[in-house]
Amino acid sequence: MENVVSIFVRSIFVDNMIFAYFLGMCSYLAVSKNVKTSMGLGIAVIFVLGVTLPVNYLLENYVLKEGALAWISPSLKTLDLSYLAFILFIAVIAAITQLVEMVVEKFTPALYNSLGIFLPLIAVNCAIMGGSLFMQQRAFVNIAEATSYALGSGVGWLLAIVGLAAIREKMAYSNVPAPLRGLGIAFIIVALMSMAFMSFSGLKI
Amino acid sequence: MSKLMSAKTKEILLGPLAKNNPITVQVLGICSALAVTAKLEPAVVMGISVTIIVAFGNVIISLLRNTIPNRIRIIVQLVVIAALVTIVSEILKAFAYDVSVQLSVYIGLIITNCILMGRLEAFAMSNRPWESFIDGLGNGFGYAWILVAVAFFRELLGSGTLFGYQVIPQALYDAGYHNNGLMILPPMALILVACIIWVHRAKDKELQE
Repeated sequence: MENVVSIFVRSIFVDNMIFAYFLGMCSYLAVSKNVKTSMGLGIAVIFVLGVTLPVNYLLENYVLKEGALAWISPSLKTLDLSYLAFILFIAVIAAITQLVEMVVEKFTPALYNSLGIFLPLIAVNCAIMGGSLFMQQRAFVNIAEATSYALGSGVGWLLAIVGLAAIREKMAYSNVPAPLRGLGIAFIIVALMSMAFMSFSGLKI
Repeated sequence: MSKLMSAKTKEILLGPLAKNNPITVQVLGICSALAVTAKLEPAVVMGISVTIIVAFGNVIISLLRNTIPNRIRIIVQLVVIAALVTIVSEILKAFAYDVSVQLSVYIGLIITNCILMGRLEAFAMSNRPWESFIDGLGNGFGYAWILVAVAFFRELLGSGTLFGYQVIPQALYDAGYHNNGLMILPPMALILVACIIWVHRAKDKELQE
């Protein structure tokens, strides 16, 4: 249980998806122009991560890993399907994103309209796929750890995008050099935020 | 060949290098661009891998474009990309194991690299295979040169090496020069890309917002 909490906190602050690994940058930069929309996207990311990662964890441990299929019959003990990981992970992610899109369209049409093209694009959001690949790399011991990692990463992503959106809203009033306006200054802000987040890296949890 | 390289195809090939650059103008595929650029070698490998995958992915989707039902096109595109990425990843593991360890999850993340989906969706779905191939190459190169440029400065200033060979003379270190440790850390990648964007947009006023 202690471990679960520590993974959760670490994945928000120390291993932040955006500031430490740059995952999900495309939608991060494109949607962070106002706080409300970015909040919506952040919540969608938490949700999709929280659902896909445990599913992929089960897939990894009961289908893909070397010897993972031994529960069907002992003769499959030597089978190693891990080269199929990319295709299966992305298929799971695409299917679940489709599901989320349908749910959001049905229940909150306003949010659906403001998220526009970016909801289907969550399927190709690196943060989601990256979460699954990091899960595979780090070999979590049980599904609770994997889930807490997923939720922590999602919360970290939400924090990052809402923070950037808030700064960019205020930036509308500042006089930025013309060539840096928009994208350029956004990069620099993310860099500064990332430096600020690096101060968490000494955190011992 | 002259027919193959008409003015239009030339534009398709060269456009993404500057005017329509996938990273600095279209803002696609930034995640991996920033993460693998601490050293030159992984950046070059990454650039080549992405170029190959986007070129061939474009060709495959372009060949299939009339047979893919519109509703499931995203899934089809993802499967094609995932298959190509799997092939590249297995090849790298076999022939360049060190680099593939350095790139770690970022090879797998080519699947979700927005450049791929962007080009497949915006170009290959409505163009013939040859043009799609050229478009893929152009965008791959446009992506690769930014990666290489960023990695060049980060490795040079951060570790004083290029491709792992020391280029800053020992005498300079003896005289009190220090590597800039900040260059190795993630934030500097962002700042460098911002600088490239700055220079690019200062030269090309049309791109300013």
